[in-house]
Amino acid sequence: MREKVVFGLAAVSAVLLAYDLYQIFLVLPDEAAQGAIYRIMFFHIPAAITGMIGYFVALTLSILYLSTGRLRYDSLAASIVEVSVVFSIVNIVTGSIWARVIWGIWWTWDYRLTSALVCVLIFCAYLIMRRAIEEPTQRARLSAALCIFGCVDVVIVWKSIEWFRTQHPGPVLSIRTGGGNIDPAMERMIYLNLLAILMMAAAMVLVRTRQEQTAREIDSLRRLANAA
Amino acid sequence: MTPGCCTGCTPNWVAREHRLFAMRTLRQAISVARKDLAIEFRTKESLNAAGAFAIVILLLFSFAFDPAAEAVREIGGGLLWLVFAFAGALVFNRGFARELPNECLDALLSSPLSASSLLIGKAMASFVLLLGVEAVSLAVFGIFYDMRWWIQPWQLAAVFVLATWGIATLGAVFGALTVNLRLRELMLPIIIYPLLIPLLIAAIELTNGLFSAEPLKPDQLLWGRVLIVFDIVFTALALALAETILVN
Repeated sequence: MREKVVFGLAAVSAVLLAYDLYQIFLVLPDEAAQGAIYRIMFFHIPAAITGMIGYFVALTLSILYLSTGRLRYDSLAASIVEVSVVFSIVNIVTGSIWARVIWGIWWTWDYRLTSALVCVLIFCAYLIMRRAIEEPTQRARLSAALCIFGCVDVVIVWKSIEWFRTQHPGPVLSIRTGGGNIDPAMERMIYLNLLAILMMAAAMVLVRTRQEQTAREIDSLRRLANAA
Repeated sequence: MTPGCCTGCTPNWVAREHRLFAMRTLRQAISVARKDLAIEFRTKESLNAAGAFAIVILLLFSFAFDPAAEAVREIGGGLLWLVFAFAGALVFNRGFARELPNECLDALLSSPLSASSLLIGKAMASFVLLLGVEAVSLAVFGIFYDMRWWIQPWQLAAVFVLATWGIATLGAVFGALTVNLRLRELMLPIIIYPLLIPLLIAAIELTNGLFSAEPLKPDQLLWGRVLIVFDIVFTALALALAETILVN
C-alpha cells in the first residue's frame, strides 16, 4: 500500500512539474523589471514554504514522540527534517543565484537569508547528532528535544533579525499582502509548483521513513544477535 | 476549592503548593550549583581552561586588525561575545561530564533531586563561572584595546547577566543532551552556536551601544527585550523538558 502511495505521489508530482515547467518557461512572459531571472521564484518560494512546513510538522511529531514514546513518530520526524533541509538548501541556493543577477552579490546579511541559514545549520546539527547516537530510544528523545528548541529558536531568530537589517523583497503572495503585488497568473503558478513540490517531498519522506524503520529493525536484530 | 472562592480562581492551596514546589526546586538547584562551584574552585578545571582560552583569543584578535584603530570600538561588543561563546563551550562540556566518573550522574538522578532542579543548578554554576571569565576578559580587553567599558556600568552588568543566563541555560541543556555522546566536545558547539544567534546579536548590539558614551537609543533597547524573551522562553523550555532530557 505504502509503495502505491509513493508511486502515486511521485507520478502526479512529475506530471504536474512537467506542466509547470512548460508554463513557466514557455507560456509566462518575462517580468517587466527583472526579466527572465524572476522565474527562479517559482522554485525559490515553494522550496522555502515546503521547508518551513516540514520543520513545523517535525516539531509536532517530536512533541507527539515525547508524549507517546512511539518510535514511528521519531522516524517520521527525522525523515521530514532531512527532506526539509534539502528544500531549505534549494531555497538558499536559488535565492543566491537570483541575488547575484539582481543585486550583484551572492549573499547579504538580510534577516530572511540569515534566518534561513540558521535554520539549515540547526537542523544539520539535528541530523549530525542523530548519527552520533546509536541507541534508538536515546536518539529519538534527544532529537525530539533538539527539534523543539530549534523550532522555537527559528521563530526568535526570524523576529530578532527583522529588526536588525533587511534587504530582501517584501512578501508577494496575496495571502500575506491582500493582493496587487503579483500577477494572478504568476501567483497561480507559484501555488501549482508548491503543490508539485509538496507531493514530491511527501513521496521522499515516505521513502526515507521506510528506510529509517528498516535501519532500526536491522539494528535491533544486530543487537539481539550480539546479545545472544 | 476553598469555600467562598469564585469558580474561575486558582484555589489558595494550589497556589501555595506551586509556591512550595518552586521554592523546593530553587533550593535544590542552589545546592547543585554550590556543589559544582565547590568542585570547580577546588580543581579549577574549566575555569582555568576557559579563562586562558578567552585571553588567548583576545590576544589573537589583536593580530587580525590594528588594536588601536577606532573601528575596534565599534566591533568591541562582537569580539567580546564571540570570546564568551567560545569560552562557554569549554565550561558546558565539563558541566555534566564531571558527573560521569563513578556513575555520579546516575546517583544524582536517583536522589530526591528533581530533574529540573539538577538542570537549573548546573545552569546556575555555569552562569557564575562564565560571569567570572567574562569579568576577567572584560578587564583584559580594556587594557589590550584601550577600551573604556565602564561608562555605563549598570546597564552593561544587566546585559551581561541576561545574556550569560541565556547562554548558561542552553549550555546546560545541551551539555546534558550530549554528555553520553561520542565526539561530545565537537557536538556541543555545533548544536549551541546556531541556537545562540538571536541572543548573541542582541548582546552584541547592546554592548556596542553601551561602549559608546551616548545613552542607548529606543531601537537598541528592543534588543533588551530579545534577551529577556530568549531567557524566559529557553528557561521555561528547559524546565519543561528536564525530565525528558535527563531521566526518561
